[in-house]
This record gives sequence, structure tokens and C-alpha cells, in this order.
Amino acid sequence: MRRTLPQLSNWLLVLPLFLFSAGIFVAPIALMLLRSVQDPELAAAFPRTAAELARWDGQDLPRPEAMSTFITELRGVRGTDRISFAANRLNADISGFRSMLLRTARMLPQADGGDAAETLRRIDARWGERSTWTAMRRASGPVTDYFLLAALDLQRDDDGAVAAVPAERAVFVGVFLRTLWVSILVTGFCLLLGYPLAYLLASLPARYANPLLVLVLIPFWTSVLVRTTAWIVLLQRDGLVNGLLRRIGLIEQPLTLIYNRTGVLIAMVHVLLPLMILPLYSVMKGIGRAPMLAAMSLGARPFEAFLRVYLPQSRAGIGAGCLLVFISALGYYVTPELIGGGGDQMISYFIAFYTNRTTNWGLAGALSLILLLATGLLYIAYARLSRATGPAR
Amino acid sequence: MTGFLPKRAMGLLALGVSLIAGSASARDLTVVAWGGSSQAAQREVYYRPFTEQTRVPLLEDSWSGGLGILRTRVQAGNPTWDVVQVESDELQLGCDEGLYERIDWAALGGRDAFMPEAVSDCGVGAVVWSVGLTYDGSRLRDAPASWADFWNTQRFPGQRTLRRGPKYTLEIALMSDGVPQSEVYRVLRTPAGVDRAFRRLDQLRPNIVWWTAGAQPGQLLASGEVVMAAAYTSRMFAARRDDRRDFRVVWNGSVYAVDHWVVLRGSQNRDNAMRFVQFATRPENQSRFPTLAMQGVTNLRAARQVDPAVATSLPTHPDNLAVAVSLDVEFWVDNIEELTQRFNAWAAR
Amino acid sequence: MSLPLAPVDRALRWGLITLCVTILAFLLVPVLAVIPLSFNAGSFLTYPLAGFSTRWYVDFYTSARWLPSLSNSLFIGSIATLIATLLGTAAALGLDRMGGIPRQVLNAVFLLPVVVPVVVIGSSLYALFARLGLTGSYLGLILAHALLGAPFVVITVAATLAGFDRSLLQAALSLGATPLEAFRRVTLPLILPGVVSGAIFAFATSFDEIVVTLFLAGPQQRTLPLQMFDGVREQISPAITAAATLLFLVSVGLVGVIELLRRRTERLRGAASSGS
Repeated sequence: MRRTLPQLSNWLLVLPLFLFSAGIFVAPIALMLLRSVQDPELAAAFPRTAAELARWDGQDLPRPEAMSTFITELRGVRGTDRISFAANRLNADISGFRSMLLRTARMLPQADGGDAAETLRRIDARWGERSTWTAMRRASGPVTDYFLLAALDLQRDDDGAVAAVPAERAVFVGVFLRTLWVSILVTGFCLLLGYPLAYLLASLPARYANPLLVLVLIPFWTSVLVRTTAWIVLLQRDGLVNGLLRRIGLIEQPLTLIYNRTGVLIAMVHVLLPLMILPLYSVMKGIGRAPMLAAMSLGARPFEAFLRVYLPQSRAGIGAGCLLVFISALGYYVTPELIGGGGDQMISYFIAFYTNRTTNWGLAGALSLILLLATGLLYIAYARLSRATGPAR
Repeated sequence: MTGFLPKRAMGLLALGVSLIAGSASARDLTVVAWGGSSQAAQREVYYRPFTEQTRVPLLEDSWSGGLGILRTRVQAGNPTWDVVQVESDELQLGCDEGLYERIDWAALGGRDAFMPEAVSDCGVGAVVWSVGLTYDGSRLRDAPASWADFWNTQRFPGQRTLRRGPKYTLEIALMSDGVPQSEVYRVLRTPAGVDRAFRRLDQLRPNIVWWTAGAQPGQLLASGEVVMAAAYTSRMFAARRDDRRDFRVVWNGSVYAVDHWVVLRGSQNRDNAMRFVQFATRPENQSRFPTLAMQGVTNLRAARQVDPAVATSLPTHPDNLAVAVSLDVEFWVDNIEELTQRFNAWAAR
Repeated sequence: MSLPLAPVDRALRWGLITLCVTILAFLLVPVLAVIPLSFNAGSFLTYPLAGFSTRWYVDFYTSARWLPSLSNSLFIGSIATLIATLLGTAAALGLDRMGGIPRQVLNAVFLLPVVVPVVVIGSSLYALFARLGLTGSYLGLILAHALLGAPFVVITVAATLAGFDRSLLQAALSLGATPLEAFRRVTLPLILPGVVSGAIFAFATSFDEIVVTLFLAGPQQRTLPLQMFDGVREQISPAITAAATLLFLVSVGLVGVIELLRRRTERLRGAASSGS
């Protein structure tokens, strides 16, 4: 009796945030990811044509009845947003489709009559090509693998077989690899810089360590935009860095440090470094100095003792720090956008691009799905790994 | 949208939300232009006087073009912009797709009051702008004179900046490759011509910094990040005037075009938006614009009143027009999508 | 060090210290370098300075864009923080007394917004909110920012609860206090540092947030980071550095408060554990 009441109150306490998260977080993301396999636009504008195309065997051209159905429906949606949505979708598959569809809608004769296929072909010769109609069939929904394939630089050819997209349109595999590579580099540099600093902080007595830790926390709390702005100012051609390097005679011509990969790496390492230092520090503080002192008293040199005793014990901190930095780097958007060049944009840029700049929610959903999968897999791999190697201490 | 939540559930939810929010109906008239000195001038001669005279509060925003943005806003529903300054190809494409409201020309003083390029069903010409080769005279002693010099990294070592997009970047690439100005679009209309432009860009690629917003080239030139820029000429003259920068413009091979005011379809402030467009195209208001913005205007009566001292720095001056290329709107209407896609794939590599 | 060190090792240690000073400089100098620029008399973001001037601070206070964006940030941040703190604290209290699978699952759901890339959250919310008419509204931004801030409240409150001596609550209840009274008198004072630091985290998250804001904000909801983003990308003016300096001072202040709270908790913990 006394047990069930608190149980209920616990659930009531948790419920508001749960509903909030479900509505503002889980549902929108689920809808977004679902978009990557939905293909509703064409069927919304041309429902009967879509049904006709679904029956078409994909050889030669659709039957004349299908074409005249299409003409009727096209006339019906002229000037509505349904045609605009459909044109958008088709144009994503074959560029130039939008203008062809809109022009065709504009130039259709008022009354039916004559051969439907001929009418269309007179407006644009491409209506006489099989590939135009197979593209429409691919888009007739309701479900599709088009976006997921496109996110991997793949497409279905006119016969429905999966093939690589032409080289000049292939972008995303390269972008995914770049995203991974940049994240790996950033994580590596953060570890390289973060480890010694965390080690020193953990080995100092609290009255020195705490103020120094605050120095790490201040940049951590400073807005990413402030820090990115700062790097733009520092790294530009006449900036402090180039000035300093020139004054000490290391270089004669200023280096290009910004709007390229170098700038992105420097700024990202700077932004993410505290995320490496803080978990490392908290684990290292738990290790204490006793094991190393013990090893040294047994005759090990400090560096040796460090390698043999300390480093393995700090593994949990390394894991947590690397995971935090890597996952954050994977989804990074603002810094590459402001400091990077055209060839430095990561996957987030393209998700934003397809949401904001071109209405292609299918592709944005597919790219999000892949990014989420990558993040999730990493997380699970890390959880497995840390469980397999046992608890941290 | 089918495929999303069932329509009715969505409608109910939207109703509920708008009842709570109450914000949807209270949004101020929002005018969107291209930022920087040009928008500062608009603020001075259009936005503030408009609010003073009509008591209609006005919000401003800036953007850097791209029909996709407007398409997203209109198609996603609830566009938060009302009046937008768009480029010519965006005007025509968007008009075909029904993204804009129709213009009532009678209320604007008739079609004949404007230069022909400024007149269309969905928009009214706002400014005449141009993009040209620009550099900082205090840094470059040896003056570049053509786009061929822009590509000459031997004589002019250092980075250059171009707009991240195919429009007028491809034209510039061809001109740098020796294509005469009158031939640019004939060449660009052939697949081989497009390939040639991209190959030319490939050659300069290691030296290119891309800009997306019109204010960036000025900053890049001022900080010495780049030695030359393909930039809006108006902003260079504004920086000369306001910041005493020695920015120079090479009119030879510059590309000029007209930007237009449009009103987004479904705008909650449609009537006030139209009032603003009328206000901003009246001769007595437009005539104050060139001196501040260093851009040309479209109302013929306003264009005649331009201060002669400023006129030589405007894209519309006969001497400047004579050596410039007029942006081929028809070409870009047909090709912007495909070439943007190709350009993005190329640039992302 | 209690053991004598060989010269090589001493050199190693000094090497380490030098390295660490360099790394700390790498962390701090960039942020500090912006401050002098905000007093630059010229209008481009370059060194050397063209002279000392406070014109950019004047610009910040008089411009039609900067001050409204600051008040937007403060307004959105405080309401979002309030929502995040209420929801997060309640959830942490509930979670603390739950066990097993439900607890793990709920915990994961609550913390997920920190792990999921912000761009994914932003574009998903944009797609949904556009349909609901919530893009370009304060409500939409506040909800989104509350979502991003709530996990921090859950984490910090859960952390204070982990060191919380449950017997105190039992004692209060057995002495006849109503659960509400017990909560107010016993639980709340003990978790308060966690609630406050969670709230500060949530506020800082909202105050810094840019990606989701880029998707959802209309011109009326321009926040300070959004204004800075546009400033860096579009209308470059050193007023940005003035804004950056102000933001930096805010972060220094927040770090200070968090640090004080942490010490207070440690002291209380120390007192409680030595007392029991």
C-alpha cells in the first residue's frame, strides 16, 4: 500500500518531461526520418497517373491512356502548389525536370484532342523518352528507396537496378568520409593536447588545480560563435598568428590559415578541447598518485611508471573524452560553415542545405538517418567496449 | 501533405497552437534585402520613411539569394518574409511556380514609368547592380585590368574571391579564358562551353576563397585575405566613401542585372507589402537611393535625377554599360538548377 | 614529489609544464584577443588597431539590431530555462526513485537531445513547426531551447540526488510531515545547488544556441548568437567584437557562479558525511 503510492507519484513526476520530449523531440525526428522513405508529392498531384505508372511494366512508353490521364491531371493542377511540390521532387531526380513540367503545364492546349503522346512530345521531346517516364514511376510512391540511395551516391537506372550516380553528381560518400576524417583528426589532436594538460591538472594540489581548471572552463562556457569569430580574426592573412610567425622569422609570405581545412581543424580543436580535458581530468583525479609512486618505489622510472601503470588506468577517461569529442565533431555545423572553404563542409551542412535552401526533406531525412546511425553505432560500440574491459577503476 | 500526420490531426494541432501562440497574426511587415551597404541605404531612403509616413512597423532581414529558400518558405507554410529583393531569374522561375503575388501596375504608375527590364507580372525592378573585378589599390601596385589578370597567379600571387554559385562565376571564367563579352552566352549555351568554364575554374581552384554574402569580399580585400575579388561594385564604392579604402573597380567585363521586389504568396501582410513596394519604387524616393547605395534605379524619372558626380560610379552609366555584359536572364532561368547542382557538387569536392 | 628525480625526468616534468602552459594559452588567448579589437577605431576586424574608441559599444547600444537581439536572447533564455528547470527537476526526482528498465529507457530519452546532432534536431523541428505555424515565433524557439536545456537539469539534479541521504526524508515523514512539506523542508534545500546549476547550464545552452535558432527564428526572434552569425557572414562590423566581449563577460560570470555552487555543495556534502 505504502509502496504503490510513491510509485505512481514517480511516474507523475517523470511524465511532463516525457511528454515534452516525445512531442518536441522524438516525434519530429521520427517524422523526419520517415520522410527518407516516403514519396508522396507526385501521387498527390497526379493520383491517377501514379496508379497508371504503377501498372506500367517499364518497357517502351506508358500506354496512351496513361498519357492522356496525365494531361488531364496536369491541366487540373496548373498554378497550384501541388504541381510545384511534384516538380520539386522530379527535379531532384533529373535536373531540368522542373522547368519541363512547368512549361508543359503552361503550354498544354485547352481542349483534349489528338494523340496524347504526340501532344506532349510536341511541347518537349523528352516526353518521348522512356527515362522521363521511369523517373516519374520511381517518384510515384508511396514508399521509395530513392533518397536513401541518393544519400549514398546511388540511384536506380531505368531498369530498376541500383547503380552509381554519374561522377559529377556524386557528393555524399565523399562528404561522409570527410566528416569522419575531420572528426578523427580533431579527436586525435584533442587527445594529444588534452591528455598532458589533464594529467598535470590532476597531479597538482587542489589549490593550484582549481584555478587552472577554471581557465579551461572559461573557454568551454564561451559561446562557440565568440570563439569562431576570434579565430577568424586571428587566422586571417594580416592576423595575429601570421604577424607573429613573420616577426620571429618562421615565414616570409603569410600563410593561408582560414577558409580552408587548417582553419577548420584549429577552430574545432579549440572548441572541443575542453570536452576532452574534463572527463580525462575527472578520471585521473580518481587514480591518484599512489599507484605510480608504488611503481616508482619498486624501481620504475617515472615515465615508465606512467606508461605501465597510469596510462592503462586512465583508459576510461580517454574513452569518454574521445567519444564526446568525436560525436560532437560528427555533427558540427557552425565552425566549418564560417571558417571552412567549399571543400570543408561536413554532413550537417548538407542536412541544413536540403532543409533550408532547397526543399528536399527526403534527402535531408536520409542524410540525418545516416548521421544518427553513425552516432548511435559509435555510442553502442563504446558502451560495449567499456563494459568488456570492465569498470573504470 | 499526405505522408505526414493525417491532415485533420495536423489542422487541429495547428489551430490549438495558434490559439496559444497568437503570434502568427501579429507579425510585422518583413522586408528582405541583400545586406551590407545596399540595405543600409534602403533603410535610410525606404524603410524608415515608409514607417514614418504610414505608421506601419517594418522588420528587416537579409539573405543572399537562392530560389530554394523562398520555395521552402512558401511550401513549408507560414512564410516569415513578406517583401523580398530577388534576382531576375528567381523572379521569373518563382512567378511560374506561383511563389509570388501579382503586381498591380496601375498602382505603380504604369509599366511605362520603368525601364523595360524592371517590368514583369510578379515583380518590380528595385536596383541595377553589377559585379566586377575589384582590388585594393593600396596593396596592389600593379593594376589588374581584366579577368585574365584575375586568373594570372604568377603576376598577382595570392587568393581571389568569387561568389559560391554558378551565376556570373561561369561567365567570368569564360571571359578570363579569352571569350569575348558578346560571345559569352553563346559559348555557355553549349555543353562544351560549360565544361570549359569549369575547367577554367579548376585551374584557379587552389587560389579561390568563396563568398556567399555580398559584404564578404570587402572584408576579404580589407584584411588582405585576397588580392582580387569578383564583387558588387556598389559595395566597393561604399567602402571607399565610408571607410576610406582604396578599393578600385574594373568595369571592363563587369556583369550587370536588375533585382526586383516581390511579395511572397500567402503573406499575412500582403496589403502593407504592396504599399511598401509602391513606396520604394516612387521616383521621389528612388532618386535618393543611388547616391547612398551606389547602385542604379529602375524608375525612369528617378534615374534621370541622379547626381552626376555619382553617376560615373553606377552600373547604369553609359561608359560602364558599354564595357559590361548584361546578365542573360533567359539563360539562367533555363539552366540555374542544373548548373547550381553541378557547381555545388564540384565545389564540395 | 617525495621521490628524488633523475635529471632526465625533471626535464620531462618541465617540458610537461611548458607544454601545458602553451595549451592553456591556446585555449585562452583567442578569446582574449577579441577584446582589444572591440575598442578599435577602424571598421574592419584587423590588427593593428586604428586607434582606441568605444564607438562599437555605442553602436551596439544604439543599433536597431544588437540590443533587441540581446533582449530576445534574455527573454527566450529565461522562459526556456524556467520550463527546462521545472520539467527537468521533476523528472530527475521521479527517476531517482525508479529502478530497472523504465529508468534506463527514460534516462536515455531525456539525455538524448545532448547526443543527437543539433542539425538533425533543428531540421526536424523546422519541418514540424513550419506546418504548425510555429516557425518565426517565440513559442517555437522557447520550446526548442527548453528541450536542449532540460537534459542538463536532469543531469545536475540527479547528481545531487545521488549523494542525498534518503534517511533524512524518511525521518521527516515519520515525524509526521506531509510529503510536500518534507520535500520543501528537506529535499529542496539539498538539491537546490543542483537545480540552480542545472538552470544555469540550461540558460547558457539557450544563450549560446545557434543551429536550431538558425532554422526556427524569424527576423523578429533574432537572438544574439544569430545576430553574430549574420554579422560574421554577412554584415561584417566590429560591433561583433563588442558583442563577443559582452558574451565573454557573461560566460565568465556564469563560470564563477557554477564554481561557487560546486564549492558549496562540496562543503555541504563534507559536513553531511562527517556528521552522519
